[in-house]
Amino acid sequence: MAASNVSEFKKSKKAKARHAYMRVTTYLMLAPFFVLFFFFTVLPVIISVGFSFTYFNMLEMPQFIGWNNYLKLLLEDDIFLIAFKNTLIFALVTGPTSYFLCLLFAWIINEFKGRTRAFLTLIFYAPSISGQAFLIWTRILSGDRYGYLNGFLLEMGFLDEAIFWITTEKYVMPILIIVQLWLSLGHSFLAFIAGLQTIDKSLYEAAAIDGIKNRWQELWFVTLPAMKPQLMFGAVMQITNAFAVSDISIQLVGNPSVNYAGSTIVTHLLDYSGGVRFEMGYASAIATLLFILMIGTNKIVQRILRRVGD
Amino acid sequence: MADVKVKKRLFRRRHQLNRSMAGNSLLFTLMFISGIFMAMPLVMIANDALKPLDELFQFPPALFVRNPTLDNFTDLANSITSTWVPFSRYLINTVIITGGSTIGHVLCASLAAYPLAKHDFPLKKLLFSMVILSMMFSWQVTQSPNYMIISWLGINNTYLALILPAFAYGMGLYLMKQFMEQIPDSLIESARIDGANEWMVFWRIMMPNVKPAWLTLAIFQFQLMWGNTGYLFLRNEEIKPLQFALTQLNSLLSGGAARAGAMAAVSFVVAVVPIVFFLVCQSNVIETMTSSGIKE
Repeated sequence: MAASNVSEFKKSKKAKARHAYMRVTTYLMLAPFFVLFFFFTVLPVIISVGFSFTYFNMLEMPQFIGWNNYLKLLLEDDIFLIAFKNTLIFALVTGPTSYFLCLLFAWIINEFKGRTRAFLTLIFYAPSISGQAFLIWTRILSGDRYGYLNGFLLEMGFLDEAIFWITTEKYVMPILIIVQLWLSLGHSFLAFIAGLQTIDKSLYEAAAIDGIKNRWQELWFVTLPAMKPQLMFGAVMQITNAFAVSDISIQLVGNPSVNYAGSTIVTHLLDYSGGVRFEMGYASAIATLLFILMIGTNKIVQRILRRVGD
Repeated sequence: MADVKVKKRLFRRRHQLNRSMAGNSLLFTLMFISGIFMAMPLVMIANDALKPLDELFQFPPALFVRNPTLDNFTDLANSITSTWVPFSRYLINTVIITGGSTIGHVLCASLAAYPLAKHDFPLKKLLFSMVILSMMFSWQVTQSPNYMIISWLGINNTYLALILPAFAYGMGLYLMKQFMEQIPDSLIESARIDGANEWMVFWRIMMPNVKPAWLTLAIFQFQLMWGNTGYLFLRNEEIKPLQFALTQLNSLLSGGAARAGAMAAVSFVVAVVPIVFFLVCQSNVIETMTSSGIKE
């Protein structure tokens, strides 16, 4: 009786030591990343959200003005409404479409082996590989006869005179959407490619024995459930990309674009954070609203993704 | 001999499990057509770099070069020799900034991802959701608080101003955590029973098994840092990266039509470095996974 108590006591002491060791290593492993993360990400976000309740022109000290920025943004700023509408349309079209494209192409490329596979991945990733690759679209869409698209259409006799693609209001959104879709095989695509690599091959053989008949069933019942973590990752990346679009709009159709046809929430934000005006408080309020919008979307998308493969 | 043939055929059949000819041809046609569109920037950049001046200004614009020449590169080389500080200096700076932050980020993010994926501790959920949320806040706005913090830490105008923040980008941690989650617990448990401590589990079990993930992360980080001109933080010419010199050169060159050739060469150099890095990493993703198959 006494002996077993002693040994149990020893065991629990050992377990406690083990527990303490695990705790310490856990925090040691987390420390390098999270200390830096706190300084360079968390703190700046908190400060920015704080700024959103102030008037701050980056020269004088920020002045607290309560909810004024938000009220002005939602009630008086009609350009924000256009930008908001554009961003929503843009995100609803490009977000799901490019997510699907990433998955589709990653899945097809996965059928290839070795160097062919690396090469194909490169081809499809090419638009994202150098940050400025989309600028070739300025040459394709150039409004004079030297633009590739105009040149081609003139040559073929579809057009009598060159079209000013990027300065015609009705073409602006479609152009931005096409370019974004062309750019869409980025982070999620490579994550899916890597994810498909780590799926255990024997799962497929087991599935074939269980009666999976074709590649489409295999995709839904085996592949997708096995790469759920990557699917979650891809969804977050798509949301952040689709809602935060600004660079292609500014570089391709200019800022401000014709009649604000290419304005997005972030281009509007950039107007205030140093582009034209210096109103950091207002820019921060825009960023905070966008942040809330993305969090909400993320919640919905994650709920849908949980059903994959059921 | 015959035996080998049978084995080969069996092997091939196993690989074509559940694959129909119709499906194959449908998907591969789709690949081919879209592939042409996707390859466009590579084709244009490569062809432009080899075009002589008269072809660069041709109408209708030709996609492919007719009389390839290396003149553009000699032109670029001539412009480079007239830069402020020796060109090799920019090169070294880029190696320090891009190399340092890529290695540092992959290590920091993986190290933090392991406990988030496989250990239990208080605040785990909170830390993880902070990382995901951080990716959703516009970086354009956090730039000025960031500048204040970097000045306050006294690392403004040093390499560290670019390298340290790059160690802790949220996306990398998220990516690594998602992959590490998939490693079976029994693998870790058996390593522990064999006497491995947590650092060994991380280095010998986790990292080799998620090699495709960290090679992918390295691609992302390399690309991001290669494109960074550091204009916000770096003021001393001696510590600026190559990308800064190239964009500077580009805006100088854009003055005259005569220098359009050198500009095409700049675009080529800017694009080709990440491509080489990409190919090295991607082909390694594939090689490792065929040689090691430790998974349950």
